[in-house]
Amino acid sequence: MATTHRPSEEAPLAGVPGSPRHLLVALAGQPNVGKSTVFNLLTGLSQHVGNWSGKTVEKKTGTHRHGEWELELVDLPGTYSLSTSSEEELVAREFLLTARPDVVVVVINAAALERHLYLVAELLPLPVRLVVALNMVDVASREGGSLDVEALRHALGVPVVSMVASRNQGVRELVETVVACAQNPTPPPHSPGIRTDHAAVWEEIASLLVPSLPPSFPPKWAAAKLLEGDREITRLARECCSAETWPRIEALLAAHEDGVLAVASGRYEWIAGIVKTVVPRPRPGQVSLTERLDRWLTHPLWGLGALAGAFGLVYGITFVLGSPLQKLVERAINAGLGRPLRALLADAPQWIPGLLVGGVLAGAGTVASFLPLLAIFFAVLALLEDVGYLARAAYVTDRFMHLIGLHGKSSLPLMLGFGCNVPAIMGARILDSRKARLLTILLAPLVPCASRMTVILFMAPVFFGKWSPLVAWALVLLSLGILVALGALLGRVLLGRERGAFIMELPLYHRPKVRTIALQTWQHSLEFLRKAGTVILVFSAVVWALSTLPHGQIGDSFLAQAGHAMAPLGAWLGLDWRLLVALLSSFFAKENAVATLAVLFAGGEAPHLADALAGAFTPLAALSFLVAYTLFVPCVPTLATLRQEAGGWRWAALSFLMLLVLSLVSGVLVFQGGRLLGLG
Amino acid sequence: MLDGEVSLSAIAADAMARVLHLYGGRDLVARLAALGLTPGVEVRMVQNFGHGPVIVMVRGTRLALGRREASRVHVQPFG
Repeated sequence: MATTHRPSEEAPLAGVPGSPRHLLVALAGQPNVGKSTVFNLLTGLSQHVGNWSGKTVEKKTGTHRHGEWELELVDLPGTYSLSTSSEEELVAREFLLTARPDVVVVVINAAALERHLYLVAELLPLPVRLVVALNMVDVASREGGSLDVEALRHALGVPVVSMVASRNQGVRELVETVVACAQNPTPPPHSPGIRTDHAAVWEEIASLLVPSLPPSFPPKWAAAKLLEGDREITRLARECCSAETWPRIEALLAAHEDGVLAVASGRYEWIAGIVKTVVPRPRPGQVSLTERLDRWLTHPLWGLGALAGAFGLVYGITFVLGSPLQKLVERAINAGLGRPLRALLADAPQWIPGLLVGGVLAGAGTVASFLPLLAIFFAVLALLEDVGYLARAAYVTDRFMHLIGLHGKSSLPLMLGFGCNVPAIMGARILDSRKARLLTILLAPLVPCASRMTVILFMAPVFFGKWSPLVAWALVLLSLGILVALGALLGRVLLGRERGAFIMELPLYHRPKVRTIALQTWQHSLEFLRKAGTVILVFSAVVWALSTLPHGQIGDSFLAQAGHAMAPLGAWLGLDWRLLVALLSSFFAKENAVATLAVLFAGGEAPHLADALAGAFTPLAALSFLVAYTLFVPCVPTLATLRQEAGGWRWAALSFLMLLVLSLVSGVLVFQGGRLLGLG
Repeated sequence: MLDGEVSLSAIAADAMARVLHLYGGRDLVARLAALGLTPGVEVRMVQNFGHGPVIVMVRGTRLALGRREASRVHVQPFG
């Protein structure tokens, strides 16, 4: 229920008797403030995770019942301000201005009040009913004595509720305050001004805007946004203002190009005045736990060691727990569903059990076998993020990531890629810039995943003997080298001049919250199943058909025919049709390559495969194959995830084409180059 | 540059400084300002190894800045 109101003029909300009275409540706050904890406490499993329409920003909604009230909660993206420099900020601002929530709760950190009041200073001039949730009051009082909450309430002119969300304190009071706030008319809150040297121009622009702007945009707020250089508001004002007003405003803005600092300074001056009355003087000389830990964890050398240890832990846990689970799930699907299904369909035409068991169920097996690995990845990663470590990992890798045109934060998802590209692409969500996220997503398939490594480690010894570790190492380096080169190139195209701006808050370390980690893992797993999972299922059925039809054998299937048709290309690469088919089959899952070769060469008997391969191809052809294979197009699950996360098939198509060309060109270069050198 | 004006990336760990001005594109300046780096504010350098990113303490928060971003913030050391 969206109502159009200014808070000061509103009559109490009318409810329908018998049914719950509905309130739309938006949750705003900066990153790392515990906003998700508050949201999780209020909504639990009633949460729905989706995307903001047309955006790749995650949208979480949920409901909370309080007596006769039903609160519909919308978790706005975590933002430091309400400018439009990021997609998250734009999403949050648009929601506040157009969906008109009944109440906006802004969660702020009591231990870093000055910085967190900045977002409040941006929210106060908006036509919304605001409730301030003062979180982490325990940390604040530990660090320097308790805050004067009454003074804060008085200074802001809006309700303030103290909370310790991590210990479930103050949540009930928050809900009661929200409900009371929605029912009662509130006096207009106090809001910040501007640095005095810009006060006159601010007033002048605001008065010029008054007749032109839509009523939901307060003129003084819009004038401040114009001085900040906000693109959205500038565009809106240009459209709304008359032909004689806009040039006058433009001239004023041109004469005050440093307006952004005047506006920000004005807000911080206003905040400083409040903080002085609210916060007791901090105890001097106190070195916090965070600072002590950071001496080690952010050190250029020891920090990297700690990072290696942390990722060793991630892989260790995933391997030790995930692999047996994965096998268990596969076996359960096969024994519990596959065999009974075959028995049940014994009398049906042969293609029916073939499609259901060999196609659909095998596909479901792929999805299900990904799930334990993904769930564990997500859980361990959520843990590292929740305690505050991930920001440090980004910090210590920043200097390397600059090579790629990205900054430290992107290294985290890319490192996951060594396990599997799917979580790497999903992990790119932690990046706050959409462009950096897109670049990271596009680069992730160039990180050689564990499946690719198993194929390489199987093939290399067959052809290269004692040199095989060197070959495997060279293939990894080639892949990463291309990642760096492509990153530098794409970065220039995608990111433009702003690329690599690394500005990140390092939050205080704190104890992990099981509820937050569990909910996050659950949601991410569910989302993988729902979206990527269905695509994998369909594709698996298609592959089965292509590798079986028309005669029921892979040897003369459509897939094999495609291999034969590509013989001219194969000649350039030094690959015969069987290696081409193996390469093609790796599109569906990277580990397919060996299984396909096994079917084509040895009738499925792996022990003979090595001998058969060694007799059939020269080492140069094998090297060409391995190079093309390592760089080949992303596998279907990766591509499906990429489409979902990048927000469109065109990005998946770009990734596909880019890697297809890279892979084939590299293979040809290796084979033809080798022949020129007389190696073939 | 004013007398004693240096870029933030040039001051040593544990040194204090006051921000004088921010240079760079409007988006960058807006982001830095929103995080509390406005003219007049006091900052303490927490970590600076002379290369790579730095950590500064500003308005009660630890902020990691890339070296390039830190070099856009001009400060006057004191204390």
